[in-house]
Amino acid sequence: MSTLELRAVSKVYGDGPTEVRALHDISLAVDQGELVAVMGPSGSGKSTLLTIAGSLEEPTSGEVVVGGAVVARMSRADRARLRRRFVGFVFQDFNLLNGLTAVENVSLPLELDGMAAKAARAAGMAILDDLGLSARADRMPDELSGGERQRVAIARAIVGDRELLLADEPSGALDSANGEAVMRMIRAACRNGVAGIVVTHDAQLASWADRVVFLRDGAVVDQTTPHDGPESLLARDHRA
Amino acid sequence: MSVRHALLALLSEGPKYGLQLRQEFEAGTGEVWPLNVGQVYTTLQRLERDGLVESDDDGADNGPQKDFRITADGEAELAEWLRTPPDLSSPPRDELVIKVLIALRVPGTDIGEVIQSHRRYLVELMQEWTRLKEHSADRDLNFTLVVDAELFRLDSAIRWLDAADGRIKRAADEPPVRPSIALPKLPRKAGAPR
Repeated sequence: MSTLELRAVSKVYGDGPTEVRALHDISLAVDQGELVAVMGPSGSGKSTLLTIAGSLEEPTSGEVVVGGAVVARMSRADRARLRRRFVGFVFQDFNLLNGLTAVENVSLPLELDGMAAKAARAAGMAILDDLGLSARADRMPDELSGGERQRVAIARAIVGDRELLLADEPSGALDSANGEAVMRMIRAACRNGVAGIVVTHDAQLASWADRVVFLRDGAVVDQTTPHDGPESLLARDHRA
Repeated sequence: MSVRHALLALLSEGPKYGLQLRQEFEAGTGEVWPLNVGQVYTTLQRLERDGLVESDDDGADNGPQKDFRITADGEAELAEWLRTPPDLSSPPRDELVIKVLIALRVPGTDIGEVIQSHRRYLVELMQEWTRLKEHSADRDLNFTLVVDAELFRLDSAIRWLDAADGRIKRAADEPPVRPSIALPKLPRKAGAPR
């Protein structure tokens, strides 16, 4: 069973002469432990796809299935619970709460979900420690570098054993070294069983994915297929 | 790539023999560029002929264990080469660019599909290199630098495809505009045919 399935999903905004077809007949499945990149130019529907996958928006037609459950058949409360417990979001501009420390930002989703503050803080500290950020746990977001802020945002997205990670240009605001560190973290989360979708226009970022899906004008037009092992590159003759 | 200067660089560390040079060359390029041992010895012979290296020339045939040393002229040649920028002044005959330009001229060709087929291939290559980098914690700095160079090279080709895709679509949607000012002429190399 896939962690996430989009079945013939379409999204239309407005109607009549102002109608905009943002997504058209998208079918996409992401398995546990798999990282899929959705690549396309601005306006191709990438962010709409991500918000629908995370049940922040409803499709005009088609179905979204998360963890085997059809989202459209859930009550509003169940959808909110799904987003809190099952789905983690990472955005280009980090979206950390400035009035909270790093560890408070990470533990907040657990507290909102009813976990006692002490236990939530312990879980937050544990994941920051895993990500090499324990020394920065009590810093405010504006005391952290851009790379650290995004790593805290990833910690917040995967804390509490969430199973689906949705990232919108997660390294777009970072230099290449920090961008690589962020993608290594997302890959590691997927290795630990999280299913991930990263939407981006950046090929370097997309190349960390197991599979790259190309979106154009709201439709999937192509996708990469896995090749032989990467070591095959070294067997080729690269002499100039 | 200059095997000649790479061998001079390795010999600047001290005397070495042919097989050793081959092994160190491959290790130094992250084993991404394999080097034929025959190419090593041919290059060493030419370097010796040009006075840039010298060998144990005691008359005995030491075979593969014959040591080579860099000369003062060799060190000067290496220092000059390191500081001389590669010639990037004229655009290379890039096969990818040529294919897209030709596809524009072939009736009935879906240029978007042509561009996407190249884009997909390049991203697949980048995925392979990135996987190598992901598992490269135990490899050396040289290997990571070589992989980064490949990733940036492939990325720039994809960026060009993306830009070309957008430009071609806009050109198809808009009527051609006659330039109102004189366009600058590209520099022509001295002696190039007019």
